[in-house]
Amino acid sequence: MTAPPGGALGAAALPAAGLEMAVDDPSLLDADRLMVRFGARFACRDVSVRIWPGEVIAVVGESGAGKTTLLDCLSGQRAPDSGSVRYRTSAGGIIDVHQESEMVRRRLQRTEWGVVRQNPRDGLRLDISAGGNIGERLMATGHRHYGRIRAAAADWLERVELDVARLDDLPAQFSGGMQQRLQVARTLVSAPRLVFLDEPTGGLDVSVQARLLDLLRRLVAELDLAAVIVTHDLAVARLLADRMVVMQHGEIVESGLTDQVLDDPQEPYTQLLVSSVLRV
Amino acid sequence: MTDTAHAATPGLAGYNFAYLDEQTKRMIRRAILKAVAVPGYQVPFASRVMPLPYGWGTGGIQVTAAVIGPEDRLKVIDQGADDTVNAVSIRHFFARTAGVPTTTRTQDATVIQTRHRIPEAPLQRGQIMVFQVPIPEPLRWLEPREPETRRAHALADYGIMHVKLYEDIAHHGQVATSYDYPAMVAGRYLTAPSPIPRFDNPKLDRSPALMLFGAGRERRIYAIPPWTPVESLAFEDYPFEVQRWSRPCALCGATDSYLDEVVIDDQGNRRFICSDTDRCEQRRAEAAS
Amino acid sequence: MTAMTDTAPILEIRDLTKTFVLHTRGGASIPVLDRFSLSVDAGECVALNGPSGVGKSTVLRLIYGNYRAGGGEIRVRHAGRMVAVTDAEPRRLIDLRRHAVAYVSQFLRVIPRVPALDIVAAPLIALGCDALEAQARAGALLARLNLPERLWTLPPATFSGGEQQRVNVAVGLIAPRPLLLLDEPTASLDAGNRAVVIDLVREAVAGGAAVLGIFHDPMVREAIADRAVALSARDRQEPDQQAGEP
Repeated sequence: MTAPPGGALGAAALPAAGLEMAVDDPSLLDADRLMVRFGARFACRDVSVRIWPGEVIAVVGESGAGKTTLLDCLSGQRAPDSGSVRYRTSAGGIIDVHQESEMVRRRLQRTEWGVVRQNPRDGLRLDISAGGNIGERLMATGHRHYGRIRAAAADWLERVELDVARLDDLPAQFSGGMQQRLQVARTLVSAPRLVFLDEPTGGLDVSVQARLLDLLRRLVAELDLAAVIVTHDLAVARLLADRMVVMQHGEIVESGLTDQVLDDPQEPYTQLLVSSVLRV
Repeated sequence: MTDTAHAATPGLAGYNFAYLDEQTKRMIRRAILKAVAVPGYQVPFASRVMPLPYGWGTGGIQVTAAVIGPEDRLKVIDQGADDTVNAVSIRHFFARTAGVPTTTRTQDATVIQTRHRIPEAPLQRGQIMVFQVPIPEPLRWLEPREPETRRAHALADYGIMHVKLYEDIAHHGQVATSYDYPAMVAGRYLTAPSPIPRFDNPKLDRSPALMLFGAGRERRIYAIPPWTPVESLAFEDYPFEVQRWSRPCALCGATDSYLDEVVIDDQGNRRFICSDTDRCEQRRAEAAS
Repeated sequence: MTAMTDTAPILEIRDLTKTFVLHTRGGASIPVLDRFSLSVDAGECVALNGPSGVGKSTVLRLIYGNYRAGGGEIRVRHAGRMVAVTDAEPRRLIDLRRHAVAYVSQFLRVIPRVPALDIVAAPLIALGCDALEAQARAGALLARLNLPERLWTLPPATFSGGEQQRVNVAVGLIAPRPLLLLDEPTASLDAGNRAVVIDLVREAVAGGAAVLGIFHDPMVREAIADRAVALSARDRQEPDQQAGEP
C-alpha cells in the first residue's frame, strides 16, 4: 500500500458529503402519540418515534414492555387505538399508514418495507425452496422472468453467506441461523428502504448470533437501510443502532444516541437495565 | 333457464322438476348470477345433500339442476367420455327427474356437465358448461388457511401462485402442473379451472359459452361468462404451453386432441386414443362415409 | 455567528455542569463539573490538567456527546457555524462526529470481529471516501504508527495494549476534523511510537485543528500543548465512584 500525498493528515480533500443537509432531511417514518391498550394495561402509551433515512434505531426493554406491539404499529401490522404513523413514500408523498387501505399497506410491506421476525417459521415458507422464498417478493411485485428471479435469489443467497448449492433446498433442512439469514435475504431482495427486525438474533447460539449481527451490520451500511430493531439485548443495540429507545410499561422512558444512553443512562430504569448487563 | 315448477311438467312422479325444490334452485341461481357478475370470484352457496356421494359431482349436479329447463338437451362427460359410470348415471338422473332429452354430441347439447375435460369441438354461443369442482381454491396448496386465501383474493395478492410455478421449474425443469392449472379471469381473480388438463385451458379464454363451476363439498360456485379473457399463469421465459403428443389418435388419427394412454392387452401394449369419445366417434364416422 | 477566521474558536464551553445521579445506589448524587468554561481556537492545542478522577475524561466525553450535560453549553464549529452539542438531537451528534469532532478514547472500543484496517478506514468511508482509497490511507497511517502489517487484517481484540492504542489513535486521526479530543493517547506507547503520535498531533494542529487533550506524561504535554487548563477537585466527592467510567 502506498501512502497518499500529504500523509494521513494531508489536505486530501474529502467530499463535503451531504450529511449537513441530511440532518435537515425530512423524516421517513413519523409515529405520533401511539396508544395501544390491552384491557387495563398499556402496550404503547403516548409513544412518538421518528425515523430518518439510513438510520438504525434499537427499541430495547424487557419482555412485555410493548416493544413488539410498537413494531407492529410502526410496520402497519396493527392499528393503534389512537395516534398516527406517517410514512414518506419513495415517490415523495406522505401517507397515513393506518388510514390507508389494507391493499396499500400490503404493497408497502412487500416493496418499500420489510419485516424480519424472531421465529423464522413466521417469516419463511418452510415447504418452499430457498430460491422460492427469496423470489416471492419479486413475483408478488410483478416480476415474471424465471431466469432473472432465480439469478436474483442466487445472488442474495451469496450475499447472506449461504451456499448457492442450496438454492433448491427447503428451509426446513436449514439450521436456525441459516433460516434467519434466508429470512434476511427474502426481505432485502426487493430493496426496501425501511426494515423492521423483531429480536432477529433471539433463540440463536451466541456464535451464530455474532455472525448474523455482522451480516446485518454490513448489509444495513451497504444498502443505506433505515431499520428499527426490537431487542432485549443491549449488546445488539450497541452493535447495530445509531439511536436507541428504552421502553418500560408501554412508555418510552429514555432515548438518545446509543453510546450516550448506554454510557450515561439518566433514568432509573435505564440505569438498572444497563447495570444488569453482564460485562465480559 | 326457464322456471318450471309444476307437477304437469316432465319428470319423475313425486319429485320436483330436476329433483331440487324451487327454493333451492332460486338460491343457487342467485349465487350463479353473482358469480357471472364477478367473473372468477368464488360465491358461497348452501350446498344441498344430493343422492350421490361427495366427489361424484354434487356441485355440478346442483348447478345443472338450477339452470336446466325442459327445452334443454343435456350431455354429460367424465374424463371426456360419455359412457363412463359417473357420466351415465348423471345423464340418467336428469333424464328421469327432468325428463330432458340427452345427447352425446357436443354440437347438439345446450347444457354440458363435465368432469375433467372440455370437449374438443368448439363450443357455441348459448351453450352452458357445468364443471364439477373438488377444490375451488387455487391457493389452497400454498395457503391452507381460508381467511388468508380470501384476503389474498380480496387484495389480488397472488405473488404466492407464481412461487408454485417457480418451484415446479426449479425442481422439474418445467411447469409440472398438468391439470387444474391456475388462470387469471378477467385480469382480476385467480381461478381454479377444475381438474381439466392444462391442454383445455386455452378453451376457457374468450369462449362463446357460459362456464359455470360448482363445488358441492366446498359450497362454492363461480363462473366465467362468455367472451371473458382467461390467462393461464406463466413466466416470460417459460411461457404457458399445452401438452403435445408425438403420435395421432390410434382410432381416428386426430393430431389436435387430448390423448389418453390405454393398456390394450396383458402384454402391456399401449395405445393413445382421444379422451373425447364423441369427437373420436364423429371423426371415424366421417372417415367411413 | 462570527465569520470564520483562523483565530475563531472551534470549541466553546460555558458553565458546563455535570452531576451523576446513581438511581441504583439510592439516588446518590456525584457532582463532577461545576460551571466549567473553556474556549479552544483553531490551530491551538490545550492540555486538560488535574488529578486523577477530577473529571477530565468526563469533559471530553461531554464534548463528544457521549455523556449528557447537566447544565451549561458546549458549542463546536461545524461548516462555518457554532453548533450546540448540549441538547443536540442524536442525528446532529452523529453528523458532528462525522465532520467536526474526532475523539481518541483512552481505551479502544470497537465493533468486534472487524479487521483493524477496516476500523481505521471507517471514518473516511463514512465521509463518502472510496473504500479502496480509504483502506490505502488507513494502511499508510497504521504503517506510520509502526503497526505490523500482519495485524491489519485481524480484529484488534487480541492486540496488546500499545497496539490497540495505536489503532485507536489512527481511527481518531484518519479523517481530519476541526476538533480533536485526545484522552491519554500515548499512555501505553514506547518512546518511538510516542514520538510518532506527537508528530501526528502537531501536524493536525499545524493543519488548523483545535486539540483538547489529557496527557499524563509531562514530556508529551510539553511537546504539543500550547497551554494548559487545570480542573480543580474542589467540588468533587467520592471521585472513585464515578459512574460510567470503563
